[in-house]
Amino acid sequence: MKRIEPMNRIALLGGHLALAAQKLAQQKDAIRGFFLGTRTTYGLVFTIILYLLLLAIGFVYLYPLLFMLITSFKSPADLLNPMVQWVPSEIYWGNYVKAFRVLDYPSTLMSSILVSVVPSLLQTIVCSLVGYGLARYEFRGKRLLFVLLLATFVIPPQTTVIPQMLAYRDLGLLGNVLSLILPALFGQGFRSAIFVLIFYQTFLSLPKALEEAARLDGASDLMVFLRIAVPTAIPSYIVSVIFSVVWYWNETYLTVVFLEGSVQTLPMQLSKFVQAYQNLYPPGTINIFDRLNEAVKLSGTFLNILPLLIMYFILQKWFVESVEKTGITGE
Amino acid sequence: MNLPTILRPRPMKYRSRQALYGYLFVLLWIIGFIVFTLVPLAETFRYSFSDVTVVATGVDVQFAQWKNYTRALLTDPTFVELILEYVIETLVSVPIILIFSMIIAMLLNLRFRFRGLFRTIFFLPVVITSGPVIRELVAQGATSAPQVARSEVVMEFLTRLPPYLRNPSEYLLTSFILILWFSGVQILIYLSSLQKIDPSVYEAAAIDGASAWEAFWKLTLPSLSTTNMVVAIYTIITLSHFSENKVVKYIYSQTYAVQGGIGYASAMSFLFFVALLLLLAIVYLFLKSRTDKA
Repeated sequence: MKRIEPMNRIALLGGHLALAAQKLAQQKDAIRGFFLGTRTTYGLVFTIILYLLLLAIGFVYLYPLLFMLITSFKSPADLLNPMVQWVPSEIYWGNYVKAFRVLDYPSTLMSSILVSVVPSLLQTIVCSLVGYGLARYEFRGKRLLFVLLLATFVIPPQTTVIPQMLAYRDLGLLGNVLSLILPALFGQGFRSAIFVLIFYQTFLSLPKALEEAARLDGASDLMVFLRIAVPTAIPSYIVSVIFSVVWYWNETYLTVVFLEGSVQTLPMQLSKFVQAYQNLYPPGTINIFDRLNEAVKLSGTFLNILPLLIMYFILQKWFVESVEKTGITGE
Repeated sequence: MNLPTILRPRPMKYRSRQALYGYLFVLLWIIGFIVFTLVPLAETFRYSFSDVTVVATGVDVQFAQWKNYTRALLTDPTFVELILEYVIETLVSVPIILIFSMIIAMLLNLRFRFRGLFRTIFFLPVVITSGPVIRELVAQGATSAPQVARSEVVMEFLTRLPPYLRNPSEYLLTSFILILWFSGVQILIYLSSLQKIDPSVYEAAAIDGASAWEAFWKLTLPSLSTTNMVVAIYTIITLSHFSENKVVKYIYSQTYAVQGGIGYASAMSFLFFVALLLLLAIVYLFLKSRTDKA
C-alpha cells in the first residue's frame, strides 16, 4: 500500500474540494441559465415575459375583432342584458340573416370581386413591365421617372379625381368598372407606385447572366422578359396581386366617386347600411326586436371582411413573408 | 472566335438601343402618368382658381382669382380646424406607429415558438382595414383602449387639460387600437431590416462588454435609420389617403355642395396637399437630424 504524505493528502483534499466547488458552480450556472438564459438560450423568465407581452399586445390588437364577432352573435335580449358581456347566452344567427339581406350579399360580393380582381391583375402586369424597364435599361430621364413615380404615391387622389370624374361622365363611363380598370392599365391604379418599386427591386436582385445568355442566343428583349425574367419573379407577382386585391377591395374613395349609383361593392353597401336596413325593414312596421341594433351592424361588418379573412388565412404565408419574398425593404 | 459574329448584328449603338427598349417598357406608365395624373392635376389646379359649374355639355369654368383659397383659409371655420386636427393627429400617430412596430418587429425577431402565429396576428389588420369597417368599429366603441378611455379619472383629467393638449390625448385614447392597426406593413419592413443586420456585429459587441441595452442604441437603432424614414413616409401617406381621414371626407362632401362645389373642393385639395408635404418635410428633417447626430 502506498503511503501518502500528509502534504499530499492536503493537496488531494484541496483538489477534491475544488472539483466539488466547480461542479456546484456548474449546477448553479445551469439553474441560472434555465431561468435567466445563457448566451445561446433565453431562459424561462425571459420566455414567460416574452409570451405574456406578446399575448397581451395580441389581445389588445384583436380586441375590435373579438368584440365584433361576439356582439354579432348576441340576440336582442342579450344586448339589453348588462350581465351578458363576453359570452352570449346563445349563438343567435338572426343578425347575420338580416345583414345578409341588407347587404344584398351575393350581388355586392360579386361586384367587389370584380372591382378588385380585374384592376389588380392589370396593374400587376403593367407595373412589372415598368419595374423591369427601370431595373434593366439605362436611358435618359430615369431619375426624373423615379421622382414622378414617388410623386404619384404622395399626391392625394383628391387633387386628380374631379377632372377624371368629369371626363368619365363625358365619355359615359361613370358607373362603369372601366373607370377603375383604365388607370390600372396605365400604371396609375391604386398605389401603383409601390408595385413598380417592388418589381424594380425584384428584377434588380435577379442575376443578369441568364438574360444575357438568352440574348446571345438571339432572343428579343420582350422574349427575354417573358421567358426568363417573369418566371423567376413569380413570388413578386403573387405578392403584388394579393396586396393589390386587398387594397382595391378596401378602397372606398375612388370606388364611391366613380361607381356610386350603379355598381355596389361590399364596403360601399356597408357605409349605407342604416339606410339600406330601413328600406328593407321600415321602422314602425316591425316589432321592437327587429329594429336596427349594433349586433346587426357588426354582423354586416363581419360579413364584409369575411372574404378577406378567408383569403388571408389561406394565403397568409404570402402576406407575412411578402417583404422577404419581394426583397423590398426601401433601400 | 465567336466574338465578331456577336458584335456584327448591331447596327444601332448599344446605348441608344438600350434607351429605346427602356422607353418601350415604361411607355405605358408615362402615357398613364400624363393622362391620369398630370393633366387632371393641372386641371384641378385651374379649377381651384375658378367658379366651376357642371352643365349638360361639360363644365363651365369662370376664373375667380384667389376666391376659393381665401374662403378655405379665412371664412370657412371648418376647414382650417380640420387641417390642424389632421396635422396634429398625424404627428401624434406617426411616432406611436414607428415605436410600436419597431418593438413588435424586435419581439418577432427573437427565437421562440409560434412566431408565425404572432406574425399572422399582427399583420391581420392590414387585410381588413377599410373606411366603412373602421367607421363601424369606431362607432361601436371597439377601437378605444379597453376600459381606460371610459374610466372617470381619465375623463376628469382630460377636462382639465388645455384644448391643444386635450384633443390629441382624447384622440389617442379613443383610437388607440386603430393607430396600432396601421402598423402591419411597417412591422414587416422593420422585421426584414432587422434580419439583415449581421449577427456577428452583436457578438463582437457582447465580447467587448456591451449590454443588450447598449447594443440596441448603438447598433440596432443606427442601422434602422433608413428604414425609419421609409416607414415614416409610408405611414404619413397611408394615414393621409385613408378615406376616413376627416379632411378627405370634408373635401368629398364639399365637391357635391351647391355653393362652391368643384372649384372650392379643388382649392381645398391643394391646401391639403400642401399640408401633407409640410408634414412629410417636418418628419423628414426631424429623422434626418437624428441620423446625422448619431
